[in-house]
Amino acid sequence: MSFLELQNITKIYPNGTKAVNETSLNINKGEFVVFVGPSGCGKSTLLRMIAGLEDITSGEISLDGNIINNIDPSERDVAMVFQNYALYPHMSVFNNMSYGLKNRGISKDEINNKVNDVAKLLEIDQLLTRKPSMLSGGQRQRVAMGRAIVRNPKIFLFDEPLSNLDAKLRNQMRLEIKKLQRQMDVTSIFVTHDQTEAMTLGDRIVVINNGVVEQVGTPKEIYSKPNTKFVAEFIGSPQMNLFQCKIENGLAKISDMQINLNNSLNIQDACIGVRPDDILVSDQGEYSSSANLVEYLGSDMIIYSSVGGQEFSCKLSSKINLKAGDNFKFDISPSVLHIFDNTSGQRA
Amino acid sequence: MTRYISSTINHCILLIGLLIMIVPVWIIFASSTHSSLFINTNGLQFFLGDNFIENYSRVLFKKSGFFNEITALKMFFNSFVMATGIATLSVITSLMAAYGLVYFKIKFATLIFWLIFITLLVPLELRIMPSYIVMSKLNLVNTFAGLILPISASAIATFFFRQFYKSIPDELLEAAKLDGTSSWRFFIDFLVPLSKTMIAAVFIFMFVFGYNQYLWPLIMTTSEQYWTVVMGLKTMYGSISDRFAFVIMSMIPPVVIIVFLQKLFIQGIFQNK
Repeated sequence: MSFLELQNITKIYPNGTKAVNETSLNINKGEFVVFVGPSGCGKSTLLRMIAGLEDITSGEISLDGNIINNIDPSERDVAMVFQNYALYPHMSVFNNMSYGLKNRGISKDEINNKVNDVAKLLEIDQLLTRKPSMLSGGQRQRVAMGRAIVRNPKIFLFDEPLSNLDAKLRNQMRLEIKKLQRQMDVTSIFVTHDQTEAMTLGDRIVVINNGVVEQVGTPKEIYSKPNTKFVAEFIGSPQMNLFQCKIENGLAKISDMQINLNNSLNIQDACIGVRPDDILVSDQGEYSSSANLVEYLGSDMIIYSSVGGQEFSCKLSSKINLKAGDNFKFDISPSVLHIFDNTSGQRA
Repeated sequence: MTRYISSTINHCILLIGLLIMIVPVWIIFASSTHSSLFINTNGLQFFLGDNFIENYSRVLFKKSGFFNEITALKMFFNSFVMATGIATLSVITSLMAAYGLVYFKIKFATLIFWLIFITLLVPLELRIMPSYIVMSKLNLVNTFAGLILPISASAIATFFFRQFYKSIPDELLEAAKLDGTSSWRFFIDFLVPLSKTMIAAVFIFMFVFGYNQYLWPLIMTTSEQYWTVVMGLKTMYGSISDRFAFVIMSMIPPVVIIVFLQKLFIQGIFQNK
């Protein structure tokens, strides 16, 4: 039996919106799972249902063997880090961190010890007497994490906690969260709309769209073998190129470009996906096109081009000398292709 | 240069406004330090006289009223009890009413709120008869409770607190819930400290409102023992300088309250967060 089990969880809001639809998921102890999806896809709702902040319309959630559907949030033994941190503005950092412990009737000495230990771990021991308004964004983030850690909960929930930080700090905090999670070995669920965060943090990623789980898997599985067109587009940066085409006897026709798929597929309305870095640009390439736009990224560059009116991009080393307007030749190996049926959106 | 001129003009306007407000008070104060005889013969005075201590101590301890049963000191005490009672109770009731309306999933909460708000259209003067009948049936005539209770619920204060609570992010409540707080503890540990400045503002408003009550205590009291300062102002017979001294003293309590709570008061009024 898994540590956290979601069974056919559905959430329908009073106004009729279906935020989460029949979602089932198993999460193991100590695992770091990331819920990723576009805004409004229901990932936060799912997290909030686990926390107990949102009622469950139907389905069952069990944590550590107990069904927690009707258990009060405070008794679920979960801790959450909110997007805007939700620090208590009128309390010092120390009181922010100790409030939950106080409510649980833990003795003063023990509270002092715990808070001081966690503060040292997070390097906020100098800030314990300050109010949240006197802290920087990164420090607030640490305090919010400290407040969660100090309670030593069964499960950690992160609701887009990095989205208010600047890019540099976000990368730094991302690493720290990952390190902390490893160190403490606490089951964690992290919600984000940022696929880079999802890829770097998660042991497993749950891709959610329109309240439905599209795919669950390790970052590698999700990246290399997306189950649906949505996952293919959502994961990976720059985005995967998708070509609308017709497949007859294993031959994909994208206007005048033809790719032999080495199989015998027949799909009327298909979609072929290829990652920008899987397109090989070389003089011996079979296909040719012209570069509409070139983006220089230092070690890499991204070329935007089109074939038969369908735009695509390819990522290559910036050592290759190519300017906007230049013609270039490229190859696409059938082995790197992802084929989707347009009518179902599923992988063929 | 133009900035200099406009700032000078601004200051002149402010100065004129200040004088309009301060000068009458000063004249009353200056006159109250002269003997009545001197004022009667020479008119109002702009400069201080020599009878300050004599006049003020006489006024404070002189028996007055129709039956000579009450001193000014007792009136101050009565007014202070009444104003503090009204201010304290209306802060408590409106804090709690707003808490109930915003944080509990009450059906028709908005409707209930507007019903409370509509009571603003019904001032005390309009409901003075029924209020009196209720109080007299409860045997509260000539008691502090009778003076305080009927004016200790404030719709406007409930409105202030409700708007403020609505501006508090939901995450705060959610985080507190996960930290195991109860609804009562959330109120005491979060809402009360967060509303500190607003509480000060409402307290001052309601204190001054209570202190200035005239008609209600006039109807509710038949014993002179419960007379308040504002009632006393009218019945302060005696010499003209005594009356001036009493007027000046009657201004002190509200001013003291405002001076002490000024910082919180201003923050409370201009609070946007």
